Amino acid sequence: MALFDSPLTICLALLACWAVVGAAGLLRPNSVALVGRVLFPLGAIIGACLAIAAALSLATPVERGTLLIGLPDLPMHVRLDNLSRVFLALLGSASAGVSLFAAGYFRKGEGTAPGVLGLQYHLFLASMGFVLVADDAYAFMVAWETMALTSYFLVTAQHGIPEIRSAGFLYLLMAHVGAIAILLSFGIMQGGTWLFSFDAMRESTLSTPWATAAFLLALFGFGTKAGLLPLHVWLPEAHPAAPSPVSALMSGIMLKTAIYGVLRVTFDLIGDPLWWWGLIPLALGLATAIFGVVFAAVQTDMKRLLAYSSVENVGVLFTGIGLAIVFHGVGMTELAALALIAVLYHSLNHAFMKSLLFLGTGAVLHATGERNLGRLGGLIHRMPWAAWLTLVGVLALAGLPPLNGFVSEWLLLQTFLFSHEVPQPFVNMLLPLGAAIVALAAALAGYVMVKFFGIVFLGQPREASLAVAHDVDGFEKAGLVWLAIGCVLLGLLPNQVIHALGAATEQLVGAAPNLAGQSWWMLAPLTERAVSYAPLVLLAVIVAVVAATFLIVRIVYRRPVRRAPTWDCGFGRLDPRMQDTAEGFGQPIRHIFVSFFEMERELPSPLDLAPRYRVKVSDRFWKVVYLPIAGLLQRAANSVAWLQQGRISVYLTYSFITLVVLLAVML
Amino acid sequence: MSAVAWLTQFLEVLAALLLAPLFLGWVNACRAWLQNRRAPSVLLPYHGIRKLFHKDAVIAASASPLFRMAPYVVFGAMVAAAAVIPSMGTGLPFRSAADAIALVGLLAIARVFMSLAAMDIGTAFGTLGARRDMMIGFLAEPALLMIIFVASLISATTALPLIAERLMVQPLALYPSLAFTAVAFTMVLLAENARIPVDNPATHLELTMIHEAMLLEYSARHLALMEWAAALKLFNYACIGFALFVPWGASIGETGIGALAWSIPALLAKLAVAGLWLALLETVSAKFRVFRAPEFMATAFMFAVLGLLVHLLLGA
Repeated sequence: MALFDSPLTICLALLACWAVVGAAGLLRPNSVALVGRVLFPLGAIIGACLAIAAALSLATPVERGTLLIGLPDLPMHVRLDNLSRVFLALLGSASAGVSLFAAGYFRKGEGTAPGVLGLQYHLFLASMGFVLVADDAYAFMVAWETMALTSYFLVTAQHGIPEIRSAGFLYLLMAHVGAIAILLSFGIMQGGTWLFSFDAMRESTLSTPWATAAFLLALFGFGTKAGLLPLHVWLPEAHPAAPSPVSALMSGIMLKTAIYGVLRVTFDLIGDPLWWWGLIPLALGLATAIFGVVFAAVQTDMKRLLAYSSVENVGVLFTGIGLAIVFHGVGMTELAALALIAVLYHSLNHAFMKSLLFLGTGAVLHATGERNLGRLGGLIHRMPWAAWLTLVGVLALAGLPPLNGFVSEWLLLQTFLFSHEVPQPFVNMLLPLGAAIVALAAALAGYVMVKFFGIVFLGQPREASLAVAHDVDGFEKAGLVWLAIGCVLLGLLPNQVIHALGAATEQLVGAAPNLAGQSWWMLAPLTERAVSYAPLVLLAVIVAVVAATFLIVRIVYRRPVRRAPTWDCGFGRLDPRMQDTAEGFGQPIRHIFVSFFEMERELPSPLDLAPRYRVKVSDRFWKVVYLPIAGLLQRAANSVAWLQQGRISVYLTYSFITLVVLLAVML
Repeated sequence: MSAVAWLTQFLEVLAALLLAPLFLGWVNACRAWLQNRRAPSVLLPYHGIRKLFHKDAVIAASASPLFRMAPYVVFGAMVAAAAVIPSMGTGLPFRSAADAIALVGLLAIARVFMSLAAMDIGTAFGTLGARRDMMIGFLAEPALLMIIFVASLISATTALPLIAERLMVQPLALYPSLAFTAVAFTMVLLAENARIPVDNPATHLELTMIHEAMLLEYSARHLALMEWAAALKLFNYACIGFALFVPWGASIGETGIGALAWSIPALLAKLAVAGLWLALLETVSAKFRVFRAPEFMATAFMFAVLGLLVHLLLGA
């Protein structure tokens, strides 16, 4: 059948299935049994099918099509190429885990009725998929806006809470400021042809200033969605406000559509980026990475912490994109391909590990009703499944071998090691220093992850109410297991993943890492350097040593283990409040990176009988960038408001003046 | 892979396991001599580990399985690290499994698990130690990576055995960049191994300790493994230093048994000098306040960056 010969048709059909599954929820909007037990698992299956269809069609020829829907004379163009396939595979595979978890997660009392939530959720997924296959500016913007709107409704699921409403508003505002920039970028790229299909944009040649303007506008627009500094402010507000599976989708997948957008515009639509463009995303990316991770380290709300950690990862991704542009611009195609591989690989990794962690916080939130790190602790005893599966994500995000986070970090650092060969004076001196910043961000990510896991799951429960926390149910467990397995496999089989991603870099920069003739278990993308990394061997060595040590210790020195109360130094009353708090764990960071923060401190004197300690850490960018802009807008609005006199005679005068002016112009 | 290569690999891991406590004992003994104290036996760490293995383990009531697992993981990561560091020969069968960046990752595994275990009991000291150790870690890790970068720019690879090999086969030349990075590396080594001036291995004064604070709840075989892993870490760092800066003496590639036999006294001699040097450094410096540690590490980082710039400017 012709239908099944075409991967594009299959992908579009699967996206349509998502929409249908969502709409089916409206049949009985209040039925948790239908929406949760039937529709969400169906959505997960569709996601898995989409991932398989996209992955299997990698490296097949580009496929185009025209949809029947759309405006008259302006049909929607769709296209499936390797870049789309990589991101569709990411969307399908990661969303399958999230949907499985969501099947157990959504229940009554989440604000919006389950059926409506299911509709928004699946439309969100379908629109993200459509963004990836759209092949003209019109279809792209429709999908992009659908994505923004559905996610806005998902963020404000619990719209009864004022903070959530204002977080949703901020998100919607930023999404639209970004969308305008993207639209303007498309407007420049059509290059006077007034044809808005992507094919026309590929054909048109722009002069350097216009191409630069298009690139910068796209960077701004997609950077807003991704959370590039200083456009990151919506992330730490919107992610905690949303229900956890939605946070997982937004952070794990939606941010990647922005990465997709930058790659599509820079390497495909504009075509040949100038090398120095790369310095902009590179510098912004490095700043974003450091800023995000430093702020993550001082957070006390577990979802805000993860949101700032996403900001960090977006920074790392943009750093890689910047490197790719620089290398591509100076003609070092193979290194550009390697940098792009690092970007795509990290996108995939981040989709899995961040979704896993957000779902972990969802499990904790449902079990305890707490997001505040200061009221959690010791949950590994009550929620072993959630804790151990979250630990996989924590170790992966901390960049530890042999899990997946390490592979992309390794690739990026290897790419940086070549940057001194760029034939541009000064730049080749400064670029290797970027590696130092990436290394610092990666090391700080380890700090953040130890804080996150240690405070939530380890130690003693900080509140009595935590004693009744319950573990995840079957669906939730399945979702977490799916994502954890993804993290492990992406870490252990880098060659296979890179081979698949190579199809996309081949399309974008015309080169792919040459893996031919290499052992399947050993990653050695740079043959001339003789560097290699074999995660399976590394894992085998560690497991063998740990097992041997364990057995020898057990056999030779078989002694009983006695449980005893923790030694309290003779003080007599240890209680859970004496553990380090989230604030305490962030204290070294506040001390070292003091200039990053806007801090308000209330430190009572030692003689104060009722002391109250308070420290409020806030984002400088609010004060420096956003509040002045908001004030300016407010003032502008106030001066325009003078026109609004509220008297009918004044408005009639306006009409009269307008008529006179129009007549004068016409005649 | 020849039999000699596997023999080298086996001997290296064995040497790391057996010599690590001796190296620690040697550093402590040298320190005592330099400070005009009567030195403890250099074999004291062996006695300590043996004694701990013979005791009944006591575990805090609130400990999770993670707490009991951590010593094995930490020990395993350190042994795996020892397997990829070319302390005796560069023709290691495992050398393709992990390059220097992965080695830094292996050391990070140990640090993360030790910190998580320290937080597991939920005492004030444990979490205090964990956060301080992670603080030192995130300051030291970029510095260590920059040091490795300089070495890898010189030898065009990040595989540690190849870095050592290329340094050995080239005609003897002075690298100003390596001189800067050697200073940086020494500082990182002191910080990462809880030595003076960042931490004091002999202290049990609560407010100043870092490494010891994390081990407070451990006893018997778990503590023995942790202590052994700490000794292994010091040994590993010393051997990373040898590979980066003074690789001479190790057998190159897959040579015969003779070169391997020569590498053993060479390693012992290098360890003896390194131990004396460490003890001297620890004797002439005083311990910093915890929050001077970032300045110390930032200095190390700056030295590494200077090394990098010197290399890029001078090409040496």
